[in-house]
Amino acid sequence: MAALVATPRRAGSPRGIRDGEAVTGWIFTLPVLLILGVFMLVPVLMALWVSFSDWSGRGSPLSSDVGFVGLDNYAAVTTDGGLAERDFGVALRNNAWYVLLVVPLQTALSLFLAVLVNRAVLRGRGVFRTAFYFPSVTSSVAITVLWLFLFSTSGVVNAVLARLGITGPNWFNDPSGVLHNLLGALGVQSGPDALTQHGLLGVTWWDWLAGPSVAMSAFVIMAVFTTSGTFMLLFIAGLQNLGPDVDEAAMMDGANGWQRFWRITLPQLRPTLFTVLTLGLIGTWQVFDQIYTGTQGGPGKTTLTPAYLSYQSAFLSQEWGRGAAIAFILFVIIVLMTILQRWILRERR
Amino acid sequence: MNRTTRRLPRKELAWQTGLYALLILLALVYVYPFLVQLATSVKTEADAAADPVSLIPDPLTWAAYGRLFLRSDFPVWFANSAVVTVLVTAGRVFFDSLAGYALARLRFRGRGVVYAALVAVMAVPTVVLLIPKFLVINQLGIYDSYAGMVLPLLVDAAGVFIMKNFFESIPTSVEEQARIDGAGTFRIFWSVVLPMARPALVTIVILSFQGSWNELSHFIVSAQSPSLTTLTKGVASLASGQLSQGSQYPIKLAAAAIMTVPVAVVFFVFQRRIMNTSQGAVKE
Repeated sequence: MAALVATPRRAGSPRGIRDGEAVTGWIFTLPVLLILGVFMLVPVLMALWVSFSDWSGRGSPLSSDVGFVGLDNYAAVTTDGGLAERDFGVALRNNAWYVLLVVPLQTALSLFLAVLVNRAVLRGRGVFRTAFYFPSVTSSVAITVLWLFLFSTSGVVNAVLARLGITGPNWFNDPSGVLHNLLGALGVQSGPDALTQHGLLGVTWWDWLAGPSVAMSAFVIMAVFTTSGTFMLLFIAGLQNLGPDVDEAAMMDGANGWQRFWRITLPQLRPTLFTVLTLGLIGTWQVFDQIYTGTQGGPGKTTLTPAYLSYQSAFLSQEWGRGAAIAFILFVIIVLMTILQRWILRERR
Repeated sequence: MNRTTRRLPRKELAWQTGLYALLILLALVYVYPFLVQLATSVKTEADAAADPVSLIPDPLTWAAYGRLFLRSDFPVWFANSAVVTVLVTAGRVFFDSLAGYALARLRFRGRGVVYAALVAVMAVPTVVLLIPKFLVINQLGIYDSYAGMVLPLLVDAAGVFIMKNFFESIPTSVEEQARIDGAGTFRIFWSVVLPMARPALVTIVILSFQGSWNELSHFIVSAQSPSLTTLTKGVASLASGQLSQGSQYPIKLAAAAIMTVPVAVVFFVFQRRIMNTSQGAVKE
């Protein structure tokens, strides 16, 4: 707008100074559009086709000898009752427990860290912020390698536990479910028939309720460790945007620190909380790097995730249609989760 | 700050002491794993297994580093990661700012559509794109080449957004002056606007550097030959024990430590800006 006011001085060209803008605009955005189009949009369409085809990985998926198989690939992982369905069910169970634990834990811990760092009125705020944030900048591969060492049978974690008189588990080699172990400690070794006779996606209800395996729990701890720093920064930013007025007024009214946090600070942090939960939900359904580097789905498939299963089906088992189908189901899950979470948070406003 | 320190009432002082004790304890928990990583990388394998908690190697040995650099593919991985990271970062700085500028300043038919398309692209989870990306890279005949590894990463929608937001936040007067003086749009962009955009460009550099240095899945689906292996892929293969028998933790942790160094350096150099970057990201 300001441009139009400033330009009339240049007389002569009746059509104004912004002539070539349409062309320039497209030229400037062309590289981005081209690359995103070719490596994002086209691939998604191609994969959508592959998920409906019987392509075996040889030649081009667009060649004429590749057949259309309808929903077969989707059926294979959801209704056929075979191994593929069971694997998908197991992967969903593993990842669901992972999400159920990681999202609340990382949100709570990062909020806790943010409040602590924010309350520190003396020196060293920056040092603490750096210490908590540093794990977030390192690569997931490097962290996984470190984790394999920390949580190895004779590793650091078990050595520390031993000093406390606790015998640590075999972490990355232990496929037993944490909830099943707890029940086992209470003397419950097997589930009631109602749970063991029926199930979903080839996995009995009893096995759905196994909880994350001990191996998966190590990944849960790792995710909380690496992401809490990033989210802490978001919460610190949110806290610093809050005016002190309301808090001070509440203090006058005699509310203690605990009440002020729950009744005043937290409700005001809702937008940040929403961002953190959304990013957490999206991120935790995409676990891939850690599994690829660390366990390749083992032990006993208890760290298998849909993302890794999709990769494994396509690149290792050459079941490309099935791999693509899993990827699209995962996509739908992520979208649904985000919408659901948006809806839940909106209801309570 | 100093004044606050002196005037703290006793109750508040006790509170703060407890707070600091807790903060120090937590910071130790966060930092200790990385110290263990460094210490173990200069331990012998027997020492690493016998006393994993200790931060003092006994005896101290550089064998793991010697092994990595002199008798493994590690230097190749490092070089590949460096090449890819430099190319991707350069590409993103240029193309993201170019497109960001067009979206912020130039008025052209279809701008709204371009903007909407970028929003849509940002919403697609990357893991879903593994198979799709491979299909296209394969179809284009650039599988197992630097082109296949670099081209798809050369622009990113998030970077375009950061640049667009930045350009919208600076006044147009300087550009208009240059325009009146007869400079063309690209000329204005290159010699007038870009120099002003340094803070945003640094943000793009940091994000691209971290993103491409730490990228794993894209390189898994875009190349397979050993000569094109990047650090992430190489170290991941080390983790599953491809270099040798036994646990070999000193070597694995040395490799992980070295691959952390470049991002750590960038982190400490640009620390303040990184912290602010993530803060700015919320407001989008």
